[in-house]
Amino acid sequence: MNTTRRTVLKGATASTVLAGLIAAGALRPTQVFASDWNKAAFEAKDTATALKGIGASAPAESKDVVVKVPDIAENGAVVPVDVVSNIPGTTSIAILIDKNPTALSGNFTFANGALPEISARIKMGQTSLVRAVVKAGDKYYVAQKEVKVTVGGCGG
Amino acid sequence: MKQNFIGALCALAVMGGAFAQTPKKPAAKPAAKAAAAPAAEATDAATLEFEKFRAEMEDSNPAELFEMKGQEQWKTKRGPKNVSLAESCDLGQGVGKVDGAYVKMPRYFADADAVMDAERRIVWCMVEKQGFKFDDIAKKPFQVENDSSAPDITNLVTYVATHSRNTKIDVPLNDPKVREAYEVGKEIAAYRAGPYDFSCNTCHGADGKRIRMQNLPNLSTPQGAIKGVQGWPGYRMTGGVMLTHQWRMGDCFRQQRFPQPKYASDAVTYLLTYMIGTANGQVYKGPGIKR
Amino acid sequence: MADPMKIRAQMKGDVAEIRILMSHAMETGQRKDAAGANVPAHFIQTITVDVGGKRVIDGQTGTSISRNPVFGFKMKGAKAGDKVVVNWVDNKGEKRTDEAAVA
Repeated sequence: MNTTRRTVLKGATASTVLAGLIAAGALRPTQVFASDWNKAAFEAKDTATALKGIGASAPAESKDVVVKVPDIAENGAVVPVDVVSNIPGTTSIAILIDKNPTALSGNFTFANGALPEISARIKMGQTSLVRAVVKAGDKYYVAQKEVKVTVGGCGG
Repeated sequence: MKQNFIGALCALAVMGGAFAQTPKKPAAKPAAKAAAAPAAEATDAATLEFEKFRAEMEDSNPAELFEMKGQEQWKTKRGPKNVSLAESCDLGQGVGKVDGAYVKMPRYFADADAVMDAERRIVWCMVEKQGFKFDDIAKKPFQVENDSSAPDITNLVTYVATHSRNTKIDVPLNDPKVREAYEVGKEIAAYRAGPYDFSCNTCHGADGKRIRMQNLPNLSTPQGAIKGVQGWPGYRMTGGVMLTHQWRMGDCFRQQRFPQPKYASDAVTYLLTYMIGTANGQVYKGPGIKR
Repeated sequence: MADPMKIRAQMKGDVAEIRILMSHAMETGQRKDAAGANVPAHFIQTITVDVGGKRVIDGQTGTSISRNPVFGFKMKGAKAGDKVVVNWVDNKGEKRTDEAAVA
């Protein structure tokens, strides 16, 4: 009989179990408070690799993902992007820029009443497609728009 | 003061003559539609695109980060005299009063016996009231592209300017000293010099001018002048820097291949008096966000 | 702590609109300084937004986000007075937490 396991499970509250696990080093505090940064996905040089990195396989084009970006960026350093997902059960939105040195710019998860929409400002090095990849259930959806960039904004 | 200044400009013209090349027309390409109505601008697709997002960009403007710093600096006791600007600096509306002060400058300040624009006045307060040295401030008065922070004076100007948002420009042109500064500024704006024979008016003296994708405001009309004025101070997306109206005057000089004006000098005040005074009655919506 | 952010949270009907302006250089690591040397990468990697004690946004970001980032989010179920807590951590381990109340 595993008395330790029984003791832990009987009458233990979630927080004491958690505290015990943290103390034992089995669960680092950062994992409780925020996700670990997805290095592989953010360092991927192209969209396909970045998508694989966030677990998005072959996202389906969807008109229910609405991407609002300027047709021409006034300045590649600050390009406003608004994404709204009208797909029920959306849990996350990722924004990718095909022609940037690293394609994935951000990935946001929504919970506890957060609506599946986000506005952000991105840097673009050159004219490129800007893609929004939405996760709903365990399926992925995508919409994209091209933004023309006359002067790249990455510092060059 | 007028004669001295025109004398200096003549010297500039002579200098310019020594280096003169065949005067080139500026690169401005007036858009075809612009000739239609006075104060009309190029209404091409690109400009309309930029305008679509303009409200959103101005709504959350990184200039606010500099304003926050400026507020702290305004209220903190600083400098060798350990005094705050809030308790010592009169911007024309009373000691420490910032609401509506930015749009009522340039104005004449008796304690300095000079017409001063906002930045120059705040610098004056930093020197006279807080004990800072002018040369220390003038050594690096502006944020340079990609600097991690802006100079104190830039933060302060941003803070003060924010407290005039949505207020009408009201430069006291009835004051003879301010009127004189306005008239000299107007002459400077018309004065052609430098190797390209440019004046301010070359780019900003008529409707419909632009450089690449940027429309150039016609600063000789109130509607055009306010377009110029409300961008400053402004957060510039290129390089992520906060820049002031004083900076812009100097950068115009650079683009005209003129020598740089002395920081916070009369020349800049005269130009600012002309430019801001022309915008009298128009509503200031700054600080701005710029390309 | 790093420079403060500006958080604005307002009720518009039954939706709370949250705008966050962060102060950060967001250096890509590709840029060269005046001397020609690479400016090292320095950028925000994780962002969290909690409202009324509940985690509503869990975000990860990379070098393609603009300097002095601005983000906008919306949520239902919040009310005036709820506390909005925003936290970011960057690749050097620097962090910043700020809060504001829903107006």
